[in-house]
Amino acid sequence: MDDAKQLEAFEAKIASGAKIEPKDWMPEAYRKQLIRMMSQHAHSEIVGMLPEGNWITRAPNLRRKAILLAKVQDEAGHGLYLYSATETLGIDRSELLAQLHTGKAKYSSIFNYPTLTWADIGAIGWLVDGAAIMNQTALARGSYGPYCRAMVRICKEESFHNRQGYEIMMHLAQGTPEQKALAQDALNRWWWPSIMMLGPSDDQSPNSDQLMRWKVKMESNDAIRQRFIDRTVPQADFIGLTIPDKDMKLDEKTGSYTHGPINWDEFFEVIKGNGPCNANRLKARVDADKKGAWVREAATAYAAKRSKEKLVA
Amino acid sequence: MTLQEAKFEYLLRLGDSSLIIGHRLSEWCGHGPILEEDIALINIALDFVGNATSLLTYAGQVESKGRDEDALAFMRGEREYRNLLITEQPNGDYANTIARQFLFDTYMFFLYEELKNSKDETIAAIAVKTHKEITYHLRHTSEWMLRLGDGTAESHERLQNGLNDLWMFTSEMFEMDEVDAFLIKEGIVPDLNKIKANWEKRVFEVLAEATLQIPTTTFKQKGSKEGKHSEHLGFLLAEMQYVHRAYPRAKW
Ligand SMILES: [Fe+2]
Ligand SMILES: [Fe+2]
Ligand SMILES: [Fe+2]
Repeated sequence: MDDAKQLEAFEAKIASGAKIEPKDWMPEAYRKQLIRMMSQHAHSEIVGMLPEGNWITRAPNLRRKAILLAKVQDEAGHGLYLYSATETLGIDRSELLAQLHTGKAKYSSIFNYPTLTWADIGAIGWLVDGAAIMNQTALARGSYGPYCRAMVRICKEESFHNRQGYEIMMHLAQGTPEQKALAQDALNRWWWPSIMMLGPSDDQSPNSDQLMRWKVKMESNDAIRQRFIDRTVPQADFIGLTIPDKDMKLDEKTGSYTHGPINWDEFFEVIKGNGPCNANRLKARVDADKKGAWVREAATAYAAKRSKEKLVA
Repeated sequence: MTLQEAKFEYLLRLGDSSLIIGHRLSEWCGHGPILEEDIALINIALDFVGNATSLLTYAGQVESKGRDEDALAFMRGEREYRNLLITEQPNGDYANTIARQFLFDTYMFFLYEELKNSKDETIAAIAVKTHKEITYHLRHTSEWMLRLGDGTAESHERLQNGLNDLWMFTSEMFEMDEVDAFLIKEGIVPDLNKIKANWEKRVFEVLAEATLQIPTTTFKQKGSKEGKHSEHLGFLLAEMQYVHRAYPRAKW
């Protein structure tokens, strides 16, 4: 079959709602775009371990410590699962990591903000995992089989994280005045980055018809953002916290909240590498990789010795 | 000494060791040599924190002065902690962490195997659960002992150095005092001489297979039973306890 025919069959398959599997024919642009998205997602999971991981040793009680450990373990698992899913597109994890370490590949802008207090652990679970779920439930309906399956599995755990984060915030908001202040401060700092992490607004990021047709992208950034806001604002109200947007109001006709202007300059600065933690996060990953090199070499050398023994025996 | 006092003291020793080594392992989070190890270490840390929580909860009940697991974990100071010195030693490089884990996991494996037969039902029940977990931990750390010991020249040297440095903390694991004597008599805890024999046998076997030397250090460090720790513990507790202590009236 020539390429035009292949493409036609590929598009027809997607239109029918069937999934594309690793061995199926796919256009190069499709493969590239998926590698970019999926690896970015995998990198976000493991870079995301850093801001949360640094509170494990300081968690305020043993129960919270255990929950946070379990959450960060889940995120590492998501990373591993997504790297494996990306490898089905014909690229190695080591190459993907090299792209992260050189700065060629991106990860979610949100993890370039610092976790300053314990309340930030609540805010991340509630807002960041919450926003991620909005995005990922849409992606679960996409066309690439391994990615969809990863999203379904991951979303279940992210919902759990989201509830636990909200529960932390609820305890703080209903706690002592100092605790309530911690919660409000965390919401103030994480709100705007959280709604920005869903990506530039539609007028700045025109949705390619092709990506929509190929079901690589399922919904516009603004649509996803709106769903996130509509879900989250009542949750903030319920626990007595205030969304730091004086223009936020309920549109009675649509039942949706309108929000004030988003500072996209800040978003693009963070993407460019100028967020508060970009340098630290990347350095932590690069250092871990360098410090771990001799460990990986040893494991490889040991495995080689053992397989040689097997051949001789 | 009453049975209650002896039990409380012993539970602190077990619980504190698990809590402190779990804390050390959790420091690796996000910085491990490979993603699979990040996951394994967090998982193991989680088991230790869970085990510590059960033990400290029970310790509080035994003491019956209204202290729960959090009061015991977060409101005791350096001199009141009873964890083995080896558990508070800093992570160092990955080989050092693996050496520390292996020496401690082997000890815990044989100790909890015996604690499963404790006449105290709660201790026996905790031991059954913990022994399952520690079996997996020990397998994991033993595999790494082989990989690093018999991997490259560099990994071999690093692991041997780690072992040599930590060896002086191992004899403390088998020290017994009047608390042990009291509880052994009651059939609640095992004689550590038995654990020591099992521990040596297993450790020497794995070292031999990993082409490592048994360290020759004869110097011995002890003191945890009287709350005399290394300088490292104070820093660790400062980090672990500060949020809890900064908000005395807070519930989390
Ligand atoms: Fe995520
Ligand atoms: Fe995740
Ligand atoms: Fe999550």
